[in-house]
Amino acid sequence: MLSDRDRIFTNLYGLHDWRLRGAKRRGAWDGTKGLMARGHDWIVDEVKASGLRGRGGAGFPTGLKWSFMPKKSDGRPNYLVVNADESEPGTCKDREIMRHDPHLLIEGCLLASYAMRAHACYIYIRGEFIHERERLQAAIDEAYDAGLIGKNACGSGWTFDLFVHHGAGAYICGEETALLESLEGKKGMPRMKPPFPANVGLYGAPTTVNNVESIAVTGAILRRGAVWFSSLGRPNNTGTKLFSISGHVNKPCNVEEEMGIPFRELIDKHAGGVRGGWNNLLAVIPGGSSVPCLPAAACKDLLMDFDSLKEQKSGLGTAAVIVMDKSTDIIRAIARLSYFYKHESCGQCTPCREGTGWMWRVISRMAEGRAEKREIDMLLQVTRQVEGHTICALGDAAAWPVQGLIRHFRPVIEERIDQYAAKAAGDGARRVEAAE
Amino acid sequence: MSVRRLAAEQPANFRFSAGNLSWARRQLKKYPKTRKASAVVPLLWQAQKQNDNWLPRPAIEYVAKFLDMPVIRVMEIATFYSMFNLQPVGRHFVQLCGTTPCWLRGADDLKAVCRTLIGPERTVSEDGLFSWAEVECLGACCNAPMVQINDDYYEDLDARIFTKLLGDLRAGKQIKTGSQTGREGSAPSNGPTTLLDPKLYNAAGFTPKTKRSAKSAAKAAKPKFLKSPRSGAGDDLKRIKGIGPKLEGILNDLGVFHFHQIAAWSKGNVAWVDGHLRFKGRIEREKWIAQARKLAGRG
Repeated sequence: MLSDRDRIFTNLYGLHDWRLRGAKRRGAWDGTKGLMARGHDWIVDEVKASGLRGRGGAGFPTGLKWSFMPKKSDGRPNYLVVNADESEPGTCKDREIMRHDPHLLIEGCLLASYAMRAHACYIYIRGEFIHERERLQAAIDEAYDAGLIGKNACGSGWTFDLFVHHGAGAYICGEETALLESLEGKKGMPRMKPPFPANVGLYGAPTTVNNVESIAVTGAILRRGAVWFSSLGRPNNTGTKLFSISGHVNKPCNVEEEMGIPFRELIDKHAGGVRGGWNNLLAVIPGGSSVPCLPAAACKDLLMDFDSLKEQKSGLGTAAVIVMDKSTDIIRAIARLSYFYKHESCGQCTPCREGTGWMWRVISRMAEGRAEKREIDMLLQVTRQVEGHTICALGDAAAWPVQGLIRHFRPVIEERIDQYAAKAAGDGARRVEAAE
Repeated sequence: MSVRRLAAEQPANFRFSAGNLSWARRQLKKYPKTRKASAVVPLLWQAQKQNDNWLPRPAIEYVAKFLDMPVIRVMEIATFYSMFNLQPVGRHFVQLCGTTPCWLRGADDLKAVCRTLIGPERTVSEDGLFSWAEVECLGACCNAPMVQINDDYYEDLDARIFTKLLGDLRAGKQIKTGSQTGREGSAPSNGPTTLLDPKLYNAAGFTPKTKRSAKSAAKAAKPKFLKSPRSGAGDDLKRIKGIGPKLEGILNDLGVFHFHQIAAWSKGNVAWVDGHLRFKGRIEREKWIAQARKLAGRG
């Protein structure tokens, strides 16, 4: 288990003071000026060396992403945009950072912006997080008053402005280019790539979009060193990670743990184990609703990091672990996710707009058993026609849970169909008898 | 995608209150001067708040004019984003999360409570106090099932608690927001399993210092390193608790391959390695020397 001293989010549960004074006592804003004095490129290199991979789901190396930003301006400003539009079902970690440890995020914004030569940063927070938004704004005001950000931030001579912007309920705005569209005052419809945001992003200027957690760990990485961060976890999967454990566990919770922690250890140590005991486990969605589910048999020796979950044809995603015990109707659980994607599709690409609704309708029939077995393969085929044929990854995200269900639980679907058919045949026979 | 239409009955006009007007002008300062449209979502949201939590057509037109935007562009925004209520809502607008993490923990029971105590979805109760709607994931999954009522989250619900909560709201009682079972944030229900080290919160105790203390730097003495492992293969340094594959590689690069090398380090050597790799005392903290001595003895 990760030692308490190696944890970054020391006020994860809000038991301590979130304000500047409390945050400073826990180590935030310590020597920030000195870190900046070591130069833009030093920060980028240090983050690269730490092996930090983006915490928003895709797991792209953060330092590498930062290095795509132009070093010399052609007249356009550089922007950092922080993606706080946390809405992936199962995920509730960024909320805790923003309401309990906002200064870690603010300091990270300054350091990351400085590294990318950006003078302005926007934090795009989902509209429903109203109190989190107010808390974050209050912390930003404190930082301005203390001279930590603003003109001559931390006495470094660098001008840095930080703004909070909010959305109004659209999952798709968590997609980076949809987020930029929304921030420009348009519908949140993803843009074609290329050009990538690092060339043409917010207001047509070079922009990097990062998840809250990726930015909030920056200060700790720079202070304690890339070696410290990369010594945690496994190669290519380094550092600590916030896990959101929800569903059928005895004590659902958020917890910061080392990357690559065994699934069973994570659940047993922190979440009080699976409801009804380990043998009552049916399936797990290991990384937020968008990744395929895994059956209990695959969870025994499962390690929770990017590469080992990829080997299992699933993914770490946002590390939102949704646990389902044997009382779960797994077809309905996935059908509810299909409804989610149908509801949240922005409607721009036809395969996604039509496909998400189609998949939801078919899988809902399958949940009742009112389907034919050949439709299972038809459904699988449709998921493949949606996957990879849309501008953004929402189409993929809608397809994967269904694919995971069919891959691991086809017998359950078939059994449901048989039951329905048998019942329908019985009802029919009784009707005939009654008529005679 | 869902079909969203404006309400049949609309008020005659809308304008920001004086307070909201100056608030709106301040919002514009966040964005470049030529990019006023960026403020459209926050402004529509404020307009909705001013108008009993729903957004009428005159407000959409007012915001369009305020931001010099074509009305249709603002209309698009209002119909695209699900938090804009285009129809009137109850004074307490209950948004019930029905997505899988909440569904697994009993969101259907809460829906039944809503149907019984409030009525059909998206209709305002006769006394005007309540209306409810099922929404998608609200991002509080560790505290499922949960609802949002106006601005506030109410978490860790079940049918009984939720029934009482709605009753208290109806009676005009003050109710506490957040977890309804007394949990601290999203910590495990019987208290955190982590962050228990009191030194984390004691300013004099543990603060990760960036600078090495001058004292240990003065004593630092470079240990003897090897160019290559003896007899061709090094020991598996990862057996020392605290050394992972990454650290092992770094130590190998320095010229450390064997347990006996680490076991033989003096205090000065430790200080040198600690300083060189910016470990901030982890060699002592994790007792590498003692571990290495044991392992070297066995090997």
